[in-house]
Amino acid sequence: MLMISPKMASGAQDKQYTPSLLSFFIYNPTFGPREGEEEKKILFYHPSEIEKNEKIRNVGLCEAIVQFTRTFCPTKPAKSLHTQKNRQFFFEPEENFWIVMVVRNPMIEKPNKDGKPPTIEYQEEELLDTVYGAVVRQCYSMYKLFNGTFGRVMESGGVELLIQKLEKFFYRYLQTLHLQSCDLLDVFGGISFFPLDKMTYLKIQSFVNRVEESLSLIKYTAFLYNDQLIWSGLEQDDMKILYKYLTTSLFPRHSEPELAGRDSPLRPEVTGNLLHYGRFLTGPANLKDPEAKFRFPKIFVSAEDGYEELHLIVYKAMSAAACFMISANVELTREFCEQLDGLVGPQLTLLASDICEQFTINRRISGPEKEPQFKFIYFNHMNLAEKSTIHMRKTASVCLTSVHPDLMKILGDINCDFARVDEDEEIIVKAMTDYWVVGKKSDQRELYVILNQKNANLIEVNEEVKRLCATQFNNIFFLD
Amino acid sequence: MAEEHYLELSENPVQFEHASSVNNVFFDEANKQVFAVRSGGATGVVVKGPDDKSSVAFRMDDKGEVKCIKFSIGNKILAVQRTSKSVDFINFIPDYPHTEFTQECKTKNASVLGFCWTSWNEIVFITDQGIEFYQVFPDKRSLKLLKSQSINVNWYQYCPETAVILLSTTVQGNVLQPFAFRNGTMTRMTKFEIELPVVPKPAKLTLSERDIAMATIYGQLYVMYLKHHSRTVNSPGAEVVLYHLPREGACKKSHVLKLNTTGKFALNIVDNLIVVHHQSSQTSLIFDTRLKEPDCAVNTHQPVLPARSIHPYRIPLSGPAAVPSQPPVPCQLYSSSWSVFQPDIIISASEGYLWYLQVRLPPTVHLLQDKGKLMDFLLRRRDCKMVILSVCSQILDGQEKGSLPVVATVFDKLNQVYKEYLEAEQSYTAAMESGPSRGGGAQKRPVRTQAVIDQSDMYTHVLSAFTERKDVSHKFIIAVLMEYIRSLNQNQITVQHYLYELVIKTLVQNNLFYMLHQFLQYHVLSDSKPLACLLLSLESTYPPAHQLSLDMLKRLSTANDEIVEVLLSKQQVLGALRFIRSVGGHDNVSARKFLDAARQTGDQMLFYTVFRSFQQRNQRLRGNPSFNPGEHCEEHVAHFKQLFGEQALMKPTTV
Repeated sequence: MLMISPKMASGAQDKQYTPSLLSFFIYNPTFGPREGEEEKKILFYHPSEIEKNEKIRNVGLCEAIVQFTRTFCPTKPAKSLHTQKNRQFFFEPEENFWIVMVVRNPMIEKPNKDGKPPTIEYQEEELLDTVYGAVVRQCYSMYKLFNGTFGRVMESGGVELLIQKLEKFFYRYLQTLHLQSCDLLDVFGGISFFPLDKMTYLKIQSFVNRVEESLSLIKYTAFLYNDQLIWSGLEQDDMKILYKYLTTSLFPRHSEPELAGRDSPLRPEVTGNLLHYGRFLTGPANLKDPEAKFRFPKIFVSAEDGYEELHLIVYKAMSAAACFMISANVELTREFCEQLDGLVGPQLTLLASDICEQFTINRRISGPEKEPQFKFIYFNHMNLAEKSTIHMRKTASVCLTSVHPDLMKILGDINCDFARVDEDEEIIVKAMTDYWVVGKKSDQRELYVILNQKNANLIEVNEEVKRLCATQFNNIFFLD
Repeated sequence: MAEEHYLELSENPVQFEHASSVNNVFFDEANKQVFAVRSGGATGVVVKGPDDKSSVAFRMDDKGEVKCIKFSIGNKILAVQRTSKSVDFINFIPDYPHTEFTQECKTKNASVLGFCWTSWNEIVFITDQGIEFYQVFPDKRSLKLLKSQSINVNWYQYCPETAVILLSTTVQGNVLQPFAFRNGTMTRMTKFEIELPVVPKPAKLTLSERDIAMATIYGQLYVMYLKHHSRTVNSPGAEVVLYHLPREGACKKSHVLKLNTTGKFALNIVDNLIVVHHQSSQTSLIFDTRLKEPDCAVNTHQPVLPARSIHPYRIPLSGPAAVPSQPPVPCQLYSSSWSVFQPDIIISASEGYLWYLQVRLPPTVHLLQDKGKLMDFLLRRRDCKMVILSVCSQILDGQEKGSLPVVATVFDKLNQVYKEYLEAEQSYTAAMESGPSRGGGAQKRPVRTQAVIDQSDMYTHVLSAFTERKDVSHKFIIAVLMEYIRSLNQNQITVQHYLYELVIKTLVQNNLFYMLHQFLQYHVLSDSKPLACLLLSLESTYPPAHQLSLDMLKRLSTANDEIVEVLLSKQQVLGALRFIRSVGGHDNVSARKFLDAARQTGDQMLFYTVFRSFQQRNQRLRGNPSFNPGEHCEEHVAHFKQLFGEQALMKPTTV
């Protein structure tokens, strides 16, 4: 359900523009310190068709702002710059490497009578620094996942290689940024965990251990069901970004043709006498194809000594997906892939149907009436677990929320308040149009609830949230 | 080469004077006694039983050649058969007349084939024309016929454990008629026919006494038929055919054991295993009727293990003739002078030894490669515990290290038995609690056999040492522990916290905190106070352990005091106060503890808030805001006055 904006309703002729990406660039001031060499500083610039001098000017401006603000606080230079038309975000992921993203503020175009050009009203305060700051950091993390650090590329191939890599990666990646639908969840960058009973979980453990034992090349395994994480052999920080990639890029890309019914992939494979639905989401689309290439995307994850490079094999059977990571030093062959397919395919198919069955049983026990009527977002900083009843299923192109962007912005504001202090806090906001927004912070956990109750008072709202906590979060230590 | 002899003769055989022209030797299967009768008894009868108590020596008059001699149960009355018409009796009960008395068989012209005692004073005569069941009155020196049955008998066999006599009838001898005896009653059981490999023409006695044995296997009575290889039928070898003989109902052919060879065989039963000795190859085979054979037709069994001979045996030279330096003499195994008796007895009459046959489990471990089958086999054996535990250790490290699926299979099999025992124990306890009056009250307490390997056994003998090993990858250690926990869960067995501690210890040692976090998140490591405390102790190395621990304490719902302590130690005084209020413990909590913590923070406003909150509590509970002397808060009251002045104190409200 998409809410209709009250502002749109007020003026039928008004045209609303959502925030959009104006430019995105990466530079290193140490690469062209002398006058006339400024262009050398620029490693990547989007949009590329911008005239060279303007690029140099914009980069110079950013450099100046950062330098200027550094005089006030040397360790924490400016993170963003607010202007009437846009907002700029600065991020220095590695020493002297700066990523800048410029976002145009949302605006409303009001038509004027008498043939005059329409008036444009910029909504300067709509964007949240925390949300878009997180988006920039995510851009870098995603780049790093597939390419390693800037420094690493510099070491292996100098500036030329870095420029090449940045171009190749960001050209595609920026097209997938949907700035209009960024919200609190981007700040958290959380992981949605699949709820599962102990026994089924142990079966999955057993499966992962057995596969890792028989295919000893596999270094790490991650297991997901329904785009939700169940097991990660990777460390949390690496899993966080890999999860983001899987759920916002890889899985949607593969599920859309499924939904559309094209090239129906749910054709069971027959290995030996076992029927299975397993297939590779990365690497070869069809093992039987004699021309098939056995190349898999490579990712970089943290290791004891810096970074290690891994092949990423994503294998899926029905709703269950297993990611197998293998050292990039090993060359993967057809034999290996066939062996993996033969071993994992049948087991994963069986597990997927087990999980599905358990899930249905659990849902039947808990009953549909216990399905939350509350709209809430929960996040735990400790394990990055997030849960949202506000967001619809993500697809590759859009992320739908069921509440008005204004309410989402209130959530973001509360989150900023929470970030400022260490103590447990509770904030209750009465928003327009009968909505109450409640934010609670207890230790490392945050909960945001949106209630739509006409004429409810503060006490009633408080009671309602208590009830939610008692039903949804009774098994954790969450102070009322 | 590893030790392979899985059968052995008992170390302490029963020794008796070997058979000779002047010394006749008899064996009684019921009392397991060997009788050495010298010169018809005139120069002495020496009876040796399995223990010293059942050993007796006495003299009796030589009234002719002894054909059969047996004590009644408990050595009360001795029965001696010297002729084919009668049996003589001698009282061995003190104060009873010792003079012999005689009983002739009732059937005219019948000859007595033998007799069996079924109790201390009940005896069955088996004649070629039927059976006669008597009660003996030692005081009156007479017998009373309880029951008789006429039937043509070729030969008979007796199973003392079940008191069942089996008679061979008809011309070919292959129709077997069992009778059961109990407390003075004789029951005719359903007769059955043994299928002969070849039917002789003209008909003659074909089924030999030697080819039939009776024994109880897994608590059931079976008739075992040694079916020799016949030249006319193209079969690969001899077979042992088992007929199940239930107390009630018809006898049924139930198992076929494939011997895959021909020749002379003898049967023993040891620890519910059927042992088949093969004389010409001097080896033995063992069969387990409970072991399922996947590649065989229903109830057809192949030997569990490859054929091996009995462990070499040396006869120790004992007695005054023994010279210390003289080595023991090797004993000839599978000798033609051996007699084999049920269930597990081997007698060498010519050498004067009686042995019990025993199964040695350790050699089976290397002979049975399929670990799942090995477990099935071991779990049914009597002294299996240490062998099973050693197998568990073996599959976890060393050359014979098993793959995870093998480890899982072994764990599943162990826990299946463990679970069955726990369930039996549980239903017994439930029955006892509901009172012996109900449900019959006759329920027996389940016996804990050695096959019940519980978590503490596994922990002590296998897992604890295994997790200490440096040469095994931590990945494999964790996988094994999780596999064991999975198996326990699958069998609905509550996992003991020390197993979880083992998992946590291994994870922590290898810095795998995120794995630990995930396990806890899915409640794979179940909640308990010890576990929560362990997590608290990890906080310094892994900060999120704090949250995990608090969550666990909260779920336990019996650990509210601990939660307050944890929060206070973190100086989260308000949090602690809010928590104790939310669980309704505010009224009983110690105010001093909270005030101490609040004062320690150095935050005056916090101290004020906490102090006032307790004053309000006091007001509500006792109508007066002041603290009771027992609460020991004087120091804090003074501190409060000093900080905020006398007037800031809450005044008692007057109604």
